[in-house]
Amino acid sequence: MNRPPLILILGASSAIAHAYARRRAAEGAAFILVGRRQDRTSAVAADLLARGAASAETFATDLAAIDTIEPSWRTLHARFGDPDEAVIAYSILGDQATAEHDLAAARSVLDTNFTSAALWILALLADRRADAPFTLVGIGSVAGDRGRASNFIYGAAKGGLDRFLEGLRQRYDGTPVRIITIKPGFVDTPMTAKMTKGGPLWATPERVAVDIHRAVAKGKRMRYTPWFWRAIMLIIRHLPWFIFRRLKI
Amino acid sequence: MSRPVHYREVLLSEPAGNLQVVESWGRTQQARHICRRCFFVDDAAAELASNSSLPVLAYGRGRSYGDVCLNDGGRLLVTDRLNRFIHADWSSGRVVAEAGVTFDDLLRVAVPRGWFPPVTPGTKFVTLGGAVGNDVHGKNHEVAGSFGCHVRSIGLARSSGESLTLSREENADLFAATIGGLGLTGLITWVEIALQPIRSAFMDIETVAIPDLDAFFHLPQYDSDWPYTVAWIDCLAKGRDTGRGFFIRGRHAPSGQLITHNDRRIRVPFDAPSSLLNAHSVRVFNAFYRRRPWALGRKTIHYDAFFYPLDVIDEWVRLYGRRGFFQHQSVVPMASAIDTTRDLLELTADLGEGSFLTVLKLFGERSSPGILSFPMAGATLALDFPNRGDTTRRLLARMTDSVLAAGGRLYPAKDATMSAEAFRAGYPAWRTVEAHRDPAIMSDFWRRVTAEPP
Repeated sequence: MNRPPLILILGASSAIAHAYARRRAAEGAAFILVGRRQDRTSAVAADLLARGAASAETFATDLAAIDTIEPSWRTLHARFGDPDEAVIAYSILGDQATAEHDLAAARSVLDTNFTSAALWILALLADRRADAPFTLVGIGSVAGDRGRASNFIYGAAKGGLDRFLEGLRQRYDGTPVRIITIKPGFVDTPMTAKMTKGGPLWATPERVAVDIHRAVAKGKRMRYTPWFWRAIMLIIRHLPWFIFRRLKI
Repeated sequence: MSRPVHYREVLLSEPAGNLQVVESWGRTQQARHICRRCFFVDDAAAELASNSSLPVLAYGRGRSYGDVCLNDGGRLLVTDRLNRFIHADWSSGRVVAEAGVTFDDLLRVAVPRGWFPPVTPGTKFVTLGGAVGNDVHGKNHEVAGSFGCHVRSIGLARSSGESLTLSREENADLFAATIGGLGLTGLITWVEIALQPIRSAFMDIETVAIPDLDAFFHLPQYDSDWPYTVAWIDCLAKGRDTGRGFFIRGRHAPSGQLITHNDRRIRVPFDAPSSLLNAHSVRVFNAFYRRRPWALGRKTIHYDAFFYPLDVIDEWVRLYGRRGFFQHQSVVPMASAIDTTRDLLELTADLGEGSFLTVLKLFGERSSPGILSFPMAGATLALDFPNRGDTTRRLLARMTDSVLAAGGRLYPAKDATMSAEAFRAGYPAWRTVEAHRDPAIMSDFWRRVTAEPP
């Protein structure tokens, strides 16, 4: 292929997305970077160009704004054409305690992490040629594997995205469209700024980006990152209720 | 707040508003801070201008040995995530990057395109902001001068909310105060530098044995074919043998592959119970290192092995144990260089204090635009000492006296002990930097060396 792969990143200033994009920029990929803040998206574009990106276009829109998804996608599509790969990287953690009483806050977590993400994906896939290869990477979370008292609104949104991507994967099975779910654990990013960090469970965005890069290169369906979350979540998913209910996690 | 955290943990943890005990690289000092880690330049500038009553200090990768990167009771503005390139012109080698970009980052991007930092310090885990603030030097000082000589312009945020561009033409006074200005004149947000072209990632190096100090000072001095020079000294050699060691010179190979360094590193998994780097182990190491049959002559090695040998061992400071170590790095003018260097080496040898790494090098005439820049034409000597409390401090004080008597000075980035008098004697223009200091910024080093004598 002479033309460099065109990668659409929704939530381009996300630390994980940027770390992954840097790896692809080094290979000479081309980018369409979408984010809410033009200044930050432009800073990411400049960084990727310096690191070897073939091109890096930016587009500013509030990705979580449900009503503007269709027109935004139509503008994007008309301007930049069909991407070969799309990464759904934006999300917000929210505050569980607040969201339990503040419906607007809860809705913002659900809309950002699930509803808008699902609609963006449908929009991206709607008018593609059936035989054109396409890779879709969705950033889920280990928090989506089971509902926990401490974080179930965010967890439900991420879990919903996981089911949605799983369904899509079955829908597109046997076609050149590949759907990849990435499930990171604790990652040291601005999203987790309010948490106390440190210890062996925390990973850097660069570490997570290595796994995304591998998953895309190898066409994995799903990947926990770092690897040990696969073992941890295997246990947690299978804990019987009488144990799970006592766990304060 | 109980356990002191080292640079790695500072970079990872940021419990909002909590005090964290932070150590600098030498681990001899601990200071409590509110750590604020900013992911974007606008956030960092806002933190600087936030009207907090607590003084603030930028903290990159915490590679300064003493207290230039500490600010006890104040805020640390952690800049490691301000690590984006802003512009790179690979036809001219001109790069503009955010201040948290490290030499590690820069090399990975620049080397494959045939470019190399014009001047590089002895570790690649230094940020560009730190390189400007400490006006770092490298093995090519005789030809290239210090890092500051290659800085075209600097972006500086001030607590007033201003965002300034500094260069030799624009805000020239502040430019001169910021190079070597220890991060005191504002928050360095970006740096523009001119890289040097290379045709290979490998270095041709040549090593010759030097029997004593006279031999070093009588070596044919600077040779334009070999821009990089340094000498390793066996610090335990006494009497006639004082100054015995190796003289190593290097140059970028004229052809070869442009391959970058890799991530392979050995971790030191825990603190040594007491310093493993003591007089006995240094004696054994030096005896072996000096007699290696493959030491002498010419060979070709990768830039990573030539410039950054210690980077292979992650957190090598842990080998010094919990109490850490001090470094003495001074420069003295050429006229008194040989006598003072002998004096410093004899003081070290007499005390039987092994210095694991003893490095001697000549600085050239090229002066930096920086007011507080450390290098001056002459000889610079660097020695490491495990922290044995007052014994070590007394030795350092005697060495400092010897340096000052010779008209020399100490390197703030490495220093943890010099007195206010010693600093002022070495850096008579310090008040100019004080006048340009951002009122919101302060460091433990600056408090120490600007305190009025009682």
